[in-house]
Parts: sequence; structure tokens; C-alpha cells
Amino acid sequence: MSEQKVLFDVQHLQTYFPILGGVVRKTVGYVHAVEDVSFQIREKETFSLVGESGCGKSTTGRTILRLIEPTKGKIIFDGQDLCQLDKESMRKMRRNMQLVFQDPYSSLNPRMTVRKLLEEPLDTHFKLTPAEKEEQIKWITEAVGINPEHLERYPHQFSGGQRQRISIARALITKPKFVVADEPVSALDVSIQAQILNLLMDLQKNMELSYLFISHDLNVVRHISNRVGVMYLGRIVEMGNTEDVYQNPMHPYTQALLSAIPKRDPLEEKKRIRLEGDVPSPANPPKGCAFHDRCVHCMGICSEQVPEARELEPGHFVACHLFDK
Amino acid sequence: MDHLLEIRNLSIDLPRGKKLPPIKLVEGIDLDINKKQNFGVVGESGCGKSITCNAIMGLLSYPLKVGKGSSIRFQNSNGKEQEIVGMAPQELCKIRGNEISMIFQEPMTALDPMYTIEQQINEALSFHTNLTKAEMHDASLEMLKKVKIPRAEEILRDYPHHLSGGMLQRVMIAIALINNPRLLIADEPTTALDVTIQAQILDLMNELRESYDTSVIMITHDLGVIAETCEHVAVFYAGQVVEEASVVDIFHHTAHPYTEGLLRSVTSLGNAKKELYTIKGMVPSAGNFSTGCRFADRCDRCMDKCKTECPPLVEIETGHKCRCWLHIDGAVEEA
Amino acid sequence: MRRFGQTIKDLWRDPMARVCIVGIFLIILTAVLAPVIAPYQPDHMIAAPKSAPAKDYLFGTDNYGRDVFSRVIYGARVSLWVGLIAVGIGAGAGYVVGMIAGYFEGWTDTVIMRIMDILFAFPSILLAILISTVLGRGLGATMVAIGIVNIPVFARTVRASVIAAKGLEYVKNAQSVGVKTVYVLIRHISPNVIAPFTVQSTLALSGAILTEAAMSFLGLGIQPPDPSWGSMLSEARAFMEQAPWMVIFPTIFIVITILLFNVLGDSLRDVLDPKLKL
Repeated sequence: MSEQKVLFDVQHLQTYFPILGGVVRKTVGYVHAVEDVSFQIREKETFSLVGESGCGKSTTGRTILRLIEPTKGKIIFDGQDLCQLDKESMRKMRRNMQLVFQDPYSSLNPRMTVRKLLEEPLDTHFKLTPAEKEEQIKWITEAVGINPEHLERYPHQFSGGQRQRISIARALITKPKFVVADEPVSALDVSIQAQILNLLMDLQKNMELSYLFISHDLNVVRHISNRVGVMYLGRIVEMGNTEDVYQNPMHPYTQALLSAIPKRDPLEEKKRIRLEGDVPSPANPPKGCAFHDRCVHCMGICSEQVPEARELEPGHFVACHLFDK
Repeated sequence: MDHLLEIRNLSIDLPRGKKLPPIKLVEGIDLDINKKQNFGVVGESGCGKSITCNAIMGLLSYPLKVGKGSSIRFQNSNGKEQEIVGMAPQELCKIRGNEISMIFQEPMTALDPMYTIEQQINEALSFHTNLTKAEMHDASLEMLKKVKIPRAEEILRDYPHHLSGGMLQRVMIAIALINNPRLLIADEPTTALDVTIQAQILDLMNELRESYDTSVIMITHDLGVIAETCEHVAVFYAGQVVEEASVVDIFHHTAHPYTEGLLRSVTSLGNAKKELYTIKGMVPSAGNFSTGCRFADRCDRCMDKCKTECPPLVEIETGHKCRCWLHIDGAVEEA
Repeated sequence: MRRFGQTIKDLWRDPMARVCIVGIFLIILTAVLAPVIAPYQPDHMIAAPKSAPAKDYLFGTDNYGRDVFSRVIYGARVSLWVGLIAVGIGAGAGYVVGMIAGYFEGWTDTVIMRIMDILFAFPSILLAILISTVLGRGLGATMVAIGIVNIPVFARTVRASVIAAKGLEYVKNAQSVGVKTVYVLIRHISPNVIAPFTVQSTLALSGAILTEAAMSFLGLGIQPPDPSWGSMLSEARAFMEQAPWMVIFPTIFIVITILLFNVLGDSLRDVLDPKLKL
């Protein structure tokens, strides 16, 4: 796996949102949505960002597509720094990278038929003859499992799962190399969730896609990803191969997070690490390690210094002072 | 009556004018809830689990109506049986919040942004007790401490938007339990919360159960939540109960193919990158239910009989009911 | 209602609202003290017709040589009175009707809203004329007539907000706690109605002032030579080019009054929303 070429290289990404206040709407502070995030995504791999709401995982996903401008940091896609690109080259670049949204109800324009929805990205990025377009549409509908007879229907005539298939088709019709899937199954029922996850995995295999998969559902993440990064308050606190992280979590937050997954069997005995309190506000993050005020292992240094990520096992990074030498 | 709540033949109608018969959103629901029982109701969206519970509260929103021949009988704290279907609104108000209370899914929207936490707790108290203002304050304070809210005195003066989702859900629980109800209906109480907060709330609910004599109906789509909190479970599918059993039987002696499918699509999760088990097709929408078994066209083990005749809910073992021809003697041979 | 004093205090803290309260107070004061403030009687001819504004008659004179300034001040009495009472009747009745229709839905709603639709279907002037022919001429009848005309608009606005508010989870929560219907309506649903309601009220206020003008033009409202802002406007229409001041000054007063009520309504809505409190 590790021999695969690096497709996305994100270095020290930082995204702040200004907080406007007062009568003249001047900036009174910043929401530190993404504080300092570095990761790589290799070809044909699924990298997941997992974390609780407000940890910055969605913002990260949108920033690396430059849908949100980063405050600092480098985003290197296929050897090119995306932040250096002007508007037009970025627009052209977009067909290589697509986004699948969480909510299949609001992310499709209700006034467009499925055919129009699918034609739109083609018209934006390519100049195709009607026959070529038809061919592309035929190919994608087959790939994602939309009945071609339903092409003239409107989004509201479909169920949630079908609509998510349409959004996926719309994202993949330009044949991108890379897809950000932002909570693509969170709004769906369990039995439909499984269908969409299988579809995403099939498409990955057939189209040689790389995914950045963003989710708060730890079971789903475990299932779909090769590598995973656990985010807390704008930073990746632990990152590694999925099974390494799930079976041997080292960061106290990861340990607590994994122990909070509800048990799957009423007879299972489960020890839970209790986390007190709530996630602090990203507008006013604590000094030092972001997790220190909820951590059971908190030491003096934790409230003063931000821990560096260290490679404790091959490919398994942890940012925690417990592992300082 | 041995049970706290007895639901018999409950149906909920969506009227379609005078000419068309109403659409039955749920049909033929029979449920018994015992005292001090934790009863789980699990199903996917649109299966009718939430409106069934709204019917128990007499809170069906217009134009939904409880169908003819339905009965919901509730034993109140004086040991008197009451029929909730068709009860006068004034009577319902006496039961709601006092004998039966409810926790909602979205703590962020379930509290009125216009009023402080204290005012909202007082509201629950003022309609069911004759406490003075000072007594209400003390009771609220004590209740907030029971649900483990730090800085309770300060929080009482806060407005809902000052608090996080987890805190608000604790406040909701406090409001629901303050009159010591006999039945608590929790409608997806942790769905909107993060995993670690969900764990806190589930732990809290499990602890509170020890100190209150309250029965809980836990409505959820998450089998994990069921495994954590419930003793007895009813599985809803397309407006019917398809299986009902103790939680261990549901997980370990699963009878209905739908329940099995649900469990398998969840438990196969995590087996890194293998194909997930899926139930084919999608949930039928109300009004398009087949006359046979409603799960027939998605079922792997569908027989001819399943397509034409709806199976009854029968007890296949003591305390284990299932609505499937596979478990009805003679039906398989016949086919 | 609860926290009434607090609301007023909060309102006073908002500088815009303070300006509006003072402004509205001044206009009301002007109307009440009209005989003291106005330099002339409103129906006395004091100079040549259509004289341009000058030191002795600040706003000029009208086509009969009457002082426009004095007439504007006297006119405030009628216009404010008509505006407030008519809107009061329309808003009050519309509020109650809309609440009932929205909350209970079903046949109650159908019956109420069909009646409202019938009222709505008439052109408002025509309906007002119809009502005042029943009630008789004069200011009182005019006010009631304009009020009734306004009911359907308010009822619709309120009903729509009530139906939207009923879907809110906290309203359901309040019901589940055992709060009685009347209290649910007052405590939890009303605040959601206030925003569209205040906006509608300020709009209706200007509408009422103008409707009164149209009615007096038709000989149903206030009778000449008594002035109202609306009747002054409709009289002035013919002399727009020769004596623009006849149009300009009443218009300025109407605009200022409506603006004051409008901004006050805005601030009131903000004050009632605790999310905007720091």
C-alpha cells in the first residue's frame, strides 16, 4: 500500500474564520476551524477523517478542494500546489476532484431533472457532442445503479438512497481521481447505508479513485478506510492504518472515542472511558494540548505546549505528551 | 391490568378526503409495557415508530388521527386504568408531563429559545404541583444536580442557546423526570449528539433508572443504543410490529428476516473493506404497502404465500413474537 | 405579558428604538396639543391661495389660502387616530382569528379562512365603503370599516406563523409537558408570530392612513373642511405642479410616522429575541 504514489499532500493546513462583531462588522476574533493539519492521501486509497461535530473535519475537506480558502499551509495535488493556481486553472482542476455532500435532500436542485443534473458537470468541464454526452450518462447511470428510465424525473421523486446515488453520479461523471465524501451516509437509514457504502467501494475499485471520507460514525469509518486520522478541535491527534488505530489506540482521546461506540451485542461487557464536559469552543481553544482539560492523563506540560505528532509505530502517528521521551 | 400500558390494535390514519379511504400509517399494533421496563422500539425512518409514541401522548399532529377500534390503556399512579384514545384535552394535559413525559431528538430545538432554563422547568412543575416559587427553584436545582449538570445555579438563569447539545439533553431529561412520571418516552434522544456525548447521556439514563420507578420507551434506529439500554424490543417495519422479544433473543435468536438483515448490515460493518451485507430494495412508503407480507419483495426467503397473505404476529416461543410465515407451523410445508 | 417592564427597558437601551419612541411621542403630543401649537385655525383662510412657504406660513397655503402647517398639525389628530384604532381593530381581531384557525386547523380553520377569503376578495376600498354605509358616516364608522378590511391580512399572517410554529419541536415539547392549550398559544407560539405581525402592523398603519384619505375623498371619512393627512393629499393632487408644498409636507409627515413605527417594530422584534442578547 505504501508504495503507492502520493496524490494529495496536505502540509500544515490552517483555516480560520473571522468572527464579525459590532456595528461596523469588524473582526473581533477567529474561529480556529482547522489549526494545523498535515496528511497524505495516496492513489486508490481511502483516507478517513473522523471526529465529533466542530472538530474541523468538514472544513478540512472543503479547504483542500479550495472551496474555502486556507489561511496557511500547502495543498499539493498531483505535484501541483493548489493554492498557487489562479481561478481559471483551479476551475479546470476541479474536474479531477469532486465532493459528495451529506444531505441528498438539499444538495440537488429540485428544479432540474436527473439528466440535467448529470449534464451540468459535463457541460462545465468538457465540450461534448450530444451523442458523447448520452454515452457518458449511460455509463454513469449504470455504474451507480440509477434506472435509465428515471432520467427525466426530478429529485423529489426519489428516496434518500436513490438521491445519494444521483449525487454520487454527478460527482463522478467527470471521471475525477479524487473524491471528498462528506458524511455521505449519515442521513440514510441503516439498510440503505450499507448499499451506498458498497457502491462507494465498488466505484473505487473500478475507477481507481482516492477518497477522503469524512464521518462521525466510527463503525462506518473502520469499514471503508485504509488509513484514518482522528481529529479534535482542528488538529489530527492520531493517524495511522485503520486497524492499527482501532485495535491499538494510543491517544487518550481516541481511546475515549472508541470506547464510546455503543456495543453491538447486549451480552457484551464494555468498559467505557468517561469523558467529562464538552468540546471547547474553536473560537477560544485552550492553550497547549487542545484535549488537556478533559484528559484523564493530563500533566503539567499539556496545558503549556502543543504536542508534536510522533511516529510511534511505522505509519502510526500520535500527538500526545504521554509519549515524550 | 397487569401492565402499565396496553396498546391494542392501534392504527393511525392519514385521511384523504371523503371519497378515498384513509392511508394507514401504522396498523394492528399490540404492545404491552410493564412497570419499570425498558422497552425499545427500533425501525427505519417512516416505519411508524415515532407517530405510535405520539399517539400514546395524544400528540398526533393534524391531520393524523387514531383509527377506529384502537385502544391505548394506561394505568395511572392511583392504579386507575384510563383510555387515552378519545380522551378530553383537559384530561390529557393532566397526564402529559405528570404521568407520561417525553424526550425529543433535537435538544437544540426542543427548548423554547425565549425562556430561561428555570422558566421551562417551572412550566412543567406549575401545571402539576402547587409549589411556591422558592420551592420550585429548589426542586429545579436538585433535579439539575441529579442529571449531573455542573454550575446548576448559573445554568438555571441561562437561555437554551448558551448551552451545548449534551447539556440541553440533560435539561430535557430533567424536565421530563421532574414530576416523577410512570412512563418516559425517549424519541431518538441521542441521535443528534456526538458519540462521546451519546455515551454520557445513555450512562445517565441507565443510572437514573435505578432511582426512578419509571418505565422507558426508547425509540431509535440504532441497534447499538438498544443493546445498551433496553430489556425488551419491538422491531417496526412499514407500520407493523414484525418481531418482539427480549433484547438477547432479538440479537441472538433472531427470527424475522428483516431483523436479521438489519443486524447483519450493522455487524458486518468494520470487517475492513469487505462487501457489506445489504437488504435489497427500499422501504415501501405508506399507502403502497402490499397486501401480503410487507417485507416480501426485499426478503431473501420469500415464498409464494408471502406475496398474497400477510402473516399474523404469533408467539413462536414464550415472550418472543414474530410476524413471518417461516415461523408459523404448516405454512412452509403448504408452500 | 411576562417581563413587560423588562422589554420596555431593553427597548429603551436600543438607541434606534429610543429615537422612535421619542419621535412617536412628539407626534402624538403635537396631535393632542394641536390647538396650542398650530398658529391658525385649520379652516381659516389666512393668505392668498397657493402661496409658497414664507415666514408667516411655513408650509405655504393651500388652494383655499389655508395654512398647510396648521392643517398638517390638526390632520395628525385624525390620521393617527384612524391609523391606530383601525390597525388595532384589524390586528387584534386578526390575531385572535388567525391563532384559532392556525392552532386547531381542521374544519375550524376551513370555516374561518373561507370567511376571511370572502372578505379578502372585495377590493378594500369597496368593502370599507360597504361597511360604512351600514355603520353610517363619520370618523368612528370609518375606523371600524378600515379595521375590518384589515382583519383578513392579519389573520392570514398570524395563521401562517402559527402553523409554522406548531411544527417546532419545543411547542410539541411544551404540550408533552402538559401545558394547557391557551398557555401554549400565549407563551410558546405568540413570540414566533410577533415578527411578521409587527411588520404587518406598520404596513397596515400606512395603508389605513391612505385608505382614510380615499374614503374622505369619496365623502365617507372625515368631512371637509376638517383636515386629515390623507384628505389633504387627495385635495392636493390637482395642484401638484402649481403648489407642490401642498403634497410635500403631509407626505413628509406620513413617511416619518410610518418609518418611526416601522423601526420601532424592528427593534421590538430584536429585543424579544434572546439570541441577539449578549
